Amino acid sequence: MFNTKREPLFHLVKRIDVSKKYAWAIRIGAFLLSILVCAAVSALLTEKSMGFFFKYLINGTFGTKRTIWNLFHETAILLLVSIAVTPCFKMKFWNIGGEGQILMGALGCSVALVFMGGQSSDGVTIFVSLVLAFAFGIAWAVIPAFFKARWNTNETLLTLMMNYIAICLVNYFIKSVASSSTGTLTFKEGLVEPLGGNQYILFIIVAVVLTVLMWVYLKYSKHGYELTVVGESENTSRYVGINNKLVIIRTLILCGALCGLIGFLLVSGVNHSLGDATVEGRGFTGLLISWLAHFNPLAMGLASFLFVFIDNGSSQVSNYARLGASYPKVMTGIFFFFIIATEFFINYRIVFKKKKVKEITDNEDTISGETEPMKDEIETDKGNTKENINEEIVKEKV
Amino acid sequence: MFTLIVSQAIRFGIVFLYGSTGEIIIEKSGHLNLGIPGIMCLGAVGGCIGANLTFSSGSVFLTILTAVALSMLFAGLGGALYGLFTISLRCNQNVTGLTITTFGAGVLGFWGSKMGRLGTTFYVASKPFSAPMFGNNIGSDWFSSIFLSHGPLVYLGIAIAIIVAIILKKTRTGLSLNAVGENPAVADASGINVNKYKYIACILGSGISGIGGAFYILDCTRGSLEYVIEAMGWLSVALVIFSLWKPSISILGSFIFGVLYILPNYISGVGFADKELLKIIPYLVTALVLIIISFFKKKETQPPSSLGLSYFREDR
Repeated sequence: MFNTKREPLFHLVKRIDVSKKYAWAIRIGAFLLSILVCAAVSALLTEKSMGFFFKYLINGTFGTKRTIWNLFHETAILLLVSIAVTPCFKMKFWNIGGEGQILMGALGCSVALVFMGGQSSDGVTIFVSLVLAFAFGIAWAVIPAFFKARWNTNETLLTLMMNYIAICLVNYFIKSVASSSTGTLTFKEGLVEPLGGNQYILFIIVAVVLTVLMWVYLKYSKHGYELTVVGESENTSRYVGINNKLVIIRTLILCGALCGLIGFLLVSGVNHSLGDATVEGRGFTGLLISWLAHFNPLAMGLASFLFVFIDNGSSQVSNYARLGASYPKVMTGIFFFFIIATEFFINYRIVFKKKKVKEITDNEDTISGETEPMKDEIETDKGNTKENINEEIVKEKV
Repeated sequence: MFTLIVSQAIRFGIVFLYGSTGEIIIEKSGHLNLGIPGIMCLGAVGGCIGANLTFSSGSVFLTILTAVALSMLFAGLGGALYGLFTISLRCNQNVTGLTITTFGAGVLGFWGSKMGRLGTTFYVASKPFSAPMFGNNIGSDWFSSIFLSHGPLVYLGIAIAIIVAIILKKTRTGLSLNAVGENPAVADASGINVNKYKYIACILGSGISGIGGAFYILDCTRGSLEYVIEAMGWLSVALVIFSLWKPSISILGSFIFGVLYILPNYISGVGFADKELLKIIPYLVTALVLIIISFFKKKETQPPSSLGLSYFREDR
């Protein structure tokens, strides 16, 4: 058997109270480190100095008025996506189908635009496309919620599959409406006009308003309380009289509605087109951001901003150094690795082996040293009690 | 025509088979690795580098060996990274997995565009992979063209799936791995080194999945770098569910997925739109399987119970 007979060099203890200062110091440190690693990797790949990377990183984000607007606009979209999936995660409902739900919202909006655009007045078209976007988004979120609530179907895998069903449906719709199209449908009529002539401002306003509303909903409403309890422990919530099934389905309706709204805004307000890449993987990125920000809206905003900062900035770097369109993906991957790793250092503390513990381990070792296949069970029993004792000793010492 | 479809379906199905066999090993250890698409991309990069490194030596065996070894190495490194984050650092598995997918797909795209600029191609290096393993004079009857006309990695994939099936079902190691995935605390208490099992499962499983990515580029597309590996990776994750976490079923399932994947290209008289609709079937069927197995709650057909949960010994 593979039973270790030595006490390992260190072991881990869960931190109970983490000070906010410490947590943020680690996160900021990780971000700076990730930027440095990105710069070093880029310097290796381009054979230029690290200054080149930083120059175009800033140039692509804060360089011109357009890039600054773009930076905040993309941040707003991403923030809205992570806000939309947050209630699900707070309920420990692993909805990785945000991508599909947004895409279905976009599809609903497009259905209205194709059949009504130019024939009805713009106001009516916008209203119908919004309603259809809501309906499609909600449908795509409620299906997994229903099966999870009723039969405890694995929601992670089901929502993952539904993402791809949504992509196929969008492709089917595009091909059946315009069989000669190259994979995207473009719309000209029945769209949301840019607010005050600025095409970026609409998303930013919607994102800020909904972020505040979601914060209030999660923190101060009864619904928010109920879904938090369901997430913490389903047995507890049943005990205090919460209807788990109702909470799951209700929360997913909210999530689906928000995703539908995002789909509507993306098609009608930003892209003016529909394709299977309309969402650009933001459903997944939003999920990562929501989880890494611990559902804190302010942290989500900051994380979205940093992500878009690296994404936009490194695509500028890749334009100037001819590194290809996939280069920003590598950089954002590195960024996420560092941020994910901070979770460990915030939640756990490493405790190194103490001297006294080692002596005991050595003694025990000689006793249980004779390894015979027949004695496997006895030996492993011993090994475990010994380890437990050691752990207790370490705990006491700490 | 029929034999052509069947033999092509087997060939494309093998990509899913590699991916799903690797993912089954990982999921059996209680880790839902959503990074498989990215890991397959990493494997493709490794495989192409390996094939180009040694094909000039002229030895078919050496070329295949280095390609497989390097694709397993690259993919295994991805798996080790995933393991480090989810096993030792106990980070969330879905979050880590999705990051690996972004990263892996990015590396493949980045490396591919660099190769494109340098003018490096893999057509010549891919010849040993797509050439029939049993030679060209195997006859043209249906049996030979379906079963004997494939490159060596097809047979390797089936062999690996069978071996993994036997190990999981018949050996003590397989039983222990099952225990780790079902209830790591109990496995730990019974003397199984949980972390060791998890690490080996993550690295080995990722390595096997990685061969799938290399196989797709070097055999299915004959060396042209295509960026659909990510989609094929997701289909492999779907196949794991479809085959109820059993590699023996996934051999058959991979063939079915292969048929569904290539069928739209061979059907004539169907509009473009309906072909898109055909592509839904693998995902739809998988979703239905997932729902149906949750109706019955039979122990044999459920996902490993601690799938997706990190194990910390001091937790209760």
